[in-house]
Amino acid sequence: MRASGLRSKDLLGIEPLSPDEINLILDTAEGFKEVSERPVKKVPALRGQLVINLFMEASTRTRVSFEIAEKRLSADTLNFAASGSSVEKGETLIDTAENLMAMRPDMIVIRHKYPGAPKMLAERLPASIINAGDGAHEHPTQALLDAFTIRERLGRLKGVNVSIIGDIAHSRVVRSNIHLLTKMEANVTVAGPPSLIPTEIEKMGVRVAHSLDKAIDGADVIMMLRIQLERQGKLSFPSLREYYNTFGLTEGRLKRAKKSVIVMHPGPMNRGVEIASDVADNPERSVILEQVTNGVAVRMAVLYLLGGAHLSE
Amino acid sequence: MNLLITNGRVLDPSQELDAKLDVLIEDGRIARVDKKIKANVDVLDADGLVVTPGFIDLHTHLREPGQEHKETIATGTRAAVAGGYTAVCAMANTLPPNDERAVTEMVVAEARRNGACRVYPIGAVSKGLRGEELAELADLRTAGCVGVSDDGKPVYNAQLMRRALEYCSMLGIPVIAHEEDVQLNEGGVMHEGYYSTLLGMGGIPAASEETLVARDVILARLTNAHLHIAHLSTAGAIEVVRSARKSGVHVTCEVTPHHIALTDDTVQSFSTNLKMNPPLRSKEHRDAIVDGIADGTVDAIATDHAPHHVDEKNVEFDLAPFGVIGLETAFAVCYSQLVAKKVIGLDRLVDLLSCGPARIFNLAGGTLRSGSLGDVTIIDPAAKSTVATPFLSMAQNSPFIGQTLHGRVIATVVGGVVKHDARLTAPVAKKKAKR
Repeated sequence: MRASGLRSKDLLGIEPLSPDEINLILDTAEGFKEVSERPVKKVPALRGQLVINLFMEASTRTRVSFEIAEKRLSADTLNFAASGSSVEKGETLIDTAENLMAMRPDMIVIRHKYPGAPKMLAERLPASIINAGDGAHEHPTQALLDAFTIRERLGRLKGVNVSIIGDIAHSRVVRSNIHLLTKMEANVTVAGPPSLIPTEIEKMGVRVAHSLDKAIDGADVIMMLRIQLERQGKLSFPSLREYYNTFGLTEGRLKRAKKSVIVMHPGPMNRGVEIASDVADNPERSVILEQVTNGVAVRMAVLYLLGGAHLSE
Repeated sequence: MNLLITNGRVLDPSQELDAKLDVLIEDGRIARVDKKIKANVDVLDADGLVVTPGFIDLHTHLREPGQEHKETIATGTRAAVAGGYTAVCAMANTLPPNDERAVTEMVVAEARRNGACRVYPIGAVSKGLRGEELAELADLRTAGCVGVSDDGKPVYNAQLMRRALEYCSMLGIPVIAHEEDVQLNEGGVMHEGYYSTLLGMGGIPAASEETLVARDVILARLTNAHLHIAHLSTAGAIEVVRSARKSGVHVTCEVTPHHIALTDDTVQSFSTNLKMNPPLRSKEHRDAIVDGIADGTVDAIATDHAPHHVDEKNVEFDLAPFGVIGLETAFAVCYSQLVAKKVIGLDRLVDLLSCGPARIFNLAGGTLRSGSLGDVTIIDPAAKSTVATPFLSMAQNSPFIGQTLHGRVIATVVGGVVKHDARLTAPVAKKKAKR
């Protein structure tokens, strides 16, 4: 057990976390949320610690959110992107990471195209490794900020009906969310055309629906996933038009859901593909920008709990 | 070339022999198997050990020519004899591939010069392994190829597969099929199932193998030729082979030790030594191929020994090449999984490692009958050992490192010459091997 209350030096995914650890991160984030509302948005928690943001795959929201969280904790930060770096010269991930490690960072936040890359680093480096998304495997801080948002809005996670709709097969967000929500005893439904539902996903403890209406019926939370337009030409369905007609969330369809339902999206959104603008911008239902705000608080909590351990030693 | 192996339990399934006997090898060939032989030759004492026909691996990647940083004929055959193999079939996907006589002759000559065991080359089905036009199959046969395969890739074009089967039926050699539908496999790095879903990794569905096995079994029936399925890994494929065999189709198959011993749940470690093609399957598939071993559907166990350099494997799982080494661990892995767990007897395991391979590929060996090759493997079923690096193979990409296994290869005799003896502190032949 680390001094902080998290068992591991790393955050590689939600799968290895216990419900107590999840609650600890969410409770810690509540305290940090207030920091961002202050005129001077800074606390000294990680002063003198170096955090490297190693982004081997494109990212805007997550990278910016981590960087803001690091700065608000007074950490020194360094951003390393694959493009324009030694990676383009053919350096391996392990060599890149070991070279960065030689400069003594305390934490490395890594985004990578392939599953398992954060674990590779965690097994080899003494620094704390935070997974900021590894392929279609896990994106733990996204699931934590989603849970934070649900808890803040609905007051609980247990018993909440969450429907996640879209490209389930290629989504790291959905896997981390399934782990987190099932650990916290929420009820999870995943929905999409069968060609976007990966095999045997029921074994992860979720219900599968193949229609949008079935998925939103009784839901407290609707989480829409991005259709990965960069997969154009390799899409597992006929067209974006047909997708919008069958699985796109519109105001008309939202009327069939509970009055109190909230709509989430991890971003970036494709308006008019998986979600209609009037839903995305609906001030009562949509919590999409709250998710972004909460992302900073949750990432501050994770950084603090992993990095703060050094201070209490 | 002359050797007397004394006091061992001689187990030769090819003649249903299981008794305490001596084996006399003269001029590289089995002279006699009898009680208390007296002869004025070197003696190898096998008291307390089991003496079997030499193991034959139908599926080895020796990587030479062209990828000598992974393995050479010298190092690969050293690994082979350490694993009890007296002969290996060298796959054709070298650089350049073994798609013409000159390459076959080079492999044969290098094996004769620096090989620790016999090497039977496998020729390519198609020129450049491109799957477009047939290689000169008769020429390859004449130069010494005992079968043909584009292994590493399927013969995706059904017409080319049909022509290869027809042509090889004239030559009396099998077409060895690597069965995978490359389109169903797109982006796949592990078995498609619960664990690929959990890990978010691209899946290789069982259907990818099964659809091609079904197609090729139908083509084997059409052409009346010998189809051999390489590294069969799925329940559906074993069922297709089983029923085709019953209806008289000449189809044989091999399975690998790693598909017998390991399942896809292990990939959660993200270890690249668990990445191979076909991938580790789920428990249901694993159980089905073990059933196929028990009921005789499986003809041979073959290693698919696929050496890769440590640098090539020390990368993200998705980027690592497919393949694991297997020659040095095959016997102990199979003994632990199949004999120690009482799925089959030791006689059946020897059949799968030695007699079966010789029988289905028409190779010399696989028997201790008088006049046959003096190739003998001596094993200790009671011994236990823990798999550790370094291997004699140049490559170290084994999924079994750290496992404690039952059964051990003690000595390997090729043509009457002791090529491996685990009881000697320093293996003699190691010095002879290049690199």
